[in-house]
Amino acid sequence: MTHSKTKTLVVDATDQAAGNGLMSRRFFINSALATGATLASGAPAIAQDAIVGEGQEDWTLYPGDDLPLYGDVSQFEKGRVQRFVAPPTGGRTASSSGRTPHHLLQGTITPSGLHFEVTHHGIPDIDPAKHKVVIHGMVKQPLKWDIEALENYPTVTRKYFMECSGNSRVCWAEKPDQNFMYMTHGLVSGSEWTGIPLSTLLDEVGVSPDAKWIIAEGGDSGSLSRSIPIDKALDDTIIAIYQNGERIRPSQGYPMRLLNPGFEGNTSVKWLRSLYVTDKPVMSRFETSKYTDKLYDGKALQFSLEMDVKSMITRPSSAISLKKKGLYEITGLAWSGRGKIAKVEVSADGGKTWAEAAIEGPVYDKMLTRFRIPWMWDGSPAILQSRATDEAGRLQPTREELLAARGKDAFYHYHAIHSWSVNAKGAIRHVYA
Amino acid sequence: MQRGRSDMSMHKILIAALMISGAQTVVAQQSRFGEPATQADIDKRFWSVFPDGENLPDGQGTAVEGAELFENNCHICHMNPPDKLTDYEPEDPADTLFGGQGTIGTDHMVATIGSYWPYPTTVFNYIRKAMPYTSPMSLTNSEYYALTAFLLSENGIIGENDVINKDTLPKVVMPNHDNFINAYPEVPKKYRTKNE
Repeated sequence: MTHSKTKTLVVDATDQAAGNGLMSRRFFINSALATGATLASGAPAIAQDAIVGEGQEDWTLYPGDDLPLYGDVSQFEKGRVQRFVAPPTGGRTASSSGRTPHHLLQGTITPSGLHFEVTHHGIPDIDPAKHKVVIHGMVKQPLKWDIEALENYPTVTRKYFMECSGNSRVCWAEKPDQNFMYMTHGLVSGSEWTGIPLSTLLDEVGVSPDAKWIIAEGGDSGSLSRSIPIDKALDDTIIAIYQNGERIRPSQGYPMRLLNPGFEGNTSVKWLRSLYVTDKPVMSRFETSKYTDKLYDGKALQFSLEMDVKSMITRPSSAISLKKKGLYEITGLAWSGRGKIAKVEVSADGGKTWAEAAIEGPVYDKMLTRFRIPWMWDGSPAILQSRATDEAGRLQPTREELLAARGKDAFYHYHAIHSWSVNAKGAIRHVYA
Repeated sequence: MQRGRSDMSMHKILIAALMISGAQTVVAQQSRFGEPATQADIDKRFWSVFPDGENLPDGQGTAVEGAELFENNCHICHMNPPDKLTDYEPEDPADTLFGGQGTIGTDHMVATIGSYWPYPTTVFNYIRKAMPYTSPMSLTNSEYYALTAFLLSENGIIGENDVINKDTLPKVVMPNHDNFINAYPEVPKKYRTKNE
């Protein structure tokens, strides 16, 4: 067999976009065009004395397995691509969180089984025939629906990120944690959700003009509850019944959940059973004791509901060391609870210079956005960072800026620029830079 | 005659109007699938109680009564916290319930019912729905009032013989009540970074 000659990458100064090897985001495209014409063709020699399948693998020589009724991943991916689930502690019988392995994934839709989850009281196994949601309180007529009744309505299908406001919280610590990136940043995921706009059902019950809040309650063994501002409920909140094309899974709120796009994940109450329309918040544990942000002056932010503009480099990252000098793709995800991502910039020199990364469109409102940029690593130490800007013009802050604004440990809503240092051997570590 | 014709026209217009509104009624009914919810439907699913006392049930208890309930139902998790909490639990799994007053805003914050929680009703609201962890909703309303009284008393907020019920609980003032700032729809500028 004759292959094309070994391709030599020709780099000139015009390909460089910023310091320390960051290349123009068009570099991969340009170099592919340049080398495409040089693919050589040769006449392969055909062996005369062997059956044609000689040397082929078994899976090429024998018919494969029958078709499963519900498909699964390759046996070679099982145990490799999976979530990080911390073991239960403190008398619990169930873990409280499962984190998405972003360093092993691509695109923007997180497979349903790898979507992050946080549960405070385990995963209930709800029989949909026995489950209803009621809307009551300051309404003309209290009403109830089961999932079959909800299926009668026209649905909307939209892609949204969801992030726990406790995501990245270890980054508040004085020293940077050293772990696979998903243990730090794995409490964010993206899905395509299908459901009924809550405004449709609120119109049907007839909401009082004096209503200001809706108290959502779930049917798990903690009956988790959160207060949702009425303007959000009437805007883009949905009752979701499908995730990525199939009915949502028990871990995501089967048979129905609230979904508040761009809001902290805890407000999207799973296993939804009650929506109480009222003029005041309930002040539940999860909006007072938890999910409030402790500030440097002894105060705390409450109802910090919209997730801030944020990005993270998923590759290369701490789980993926660089083996040799050369060309790499830096890729990651960016999102904002306040709209679309407008721009992502990447630095390879700890923030001294920045280059604009390529964004893979279409870019959706309040959804993960994939960015990429080529990087020529010359073997010298580097610090890789990304920073996102959303359509409202909000720029992801540095860690220093965030700590100056909120204090040393606000616990929730950490969204500062993350830094990966690469040493001369290619080992990657989390640093504060 | 003139008058009769006029009546006839009016009659036709009325029929036409009725037909149109009838059609609209049919369309409206087809797009509405909620069934009327009874009080029993609501009571089964709605457990929230509010800071002003709304939806608090009858019953009452004191810290003295609550101490024994705590020993039997809560102690195993809350008085024997694990030696080392992992960084990857998004919350403290068995909350520290007592002490910590004066630590909020310092480098070593201990957020407890006494040092951090802004409303006394939150305690009752939460434990009645969610505790004990392995058997939630397994106690009576009076027992949950007694446990609430114990948690408040151990934090030095009420006396051990103070009766807690639907009238007294909303009147309890929590030490950290005034330190919460509403961040919706906007985090106050003071706590935002310069480019956000």
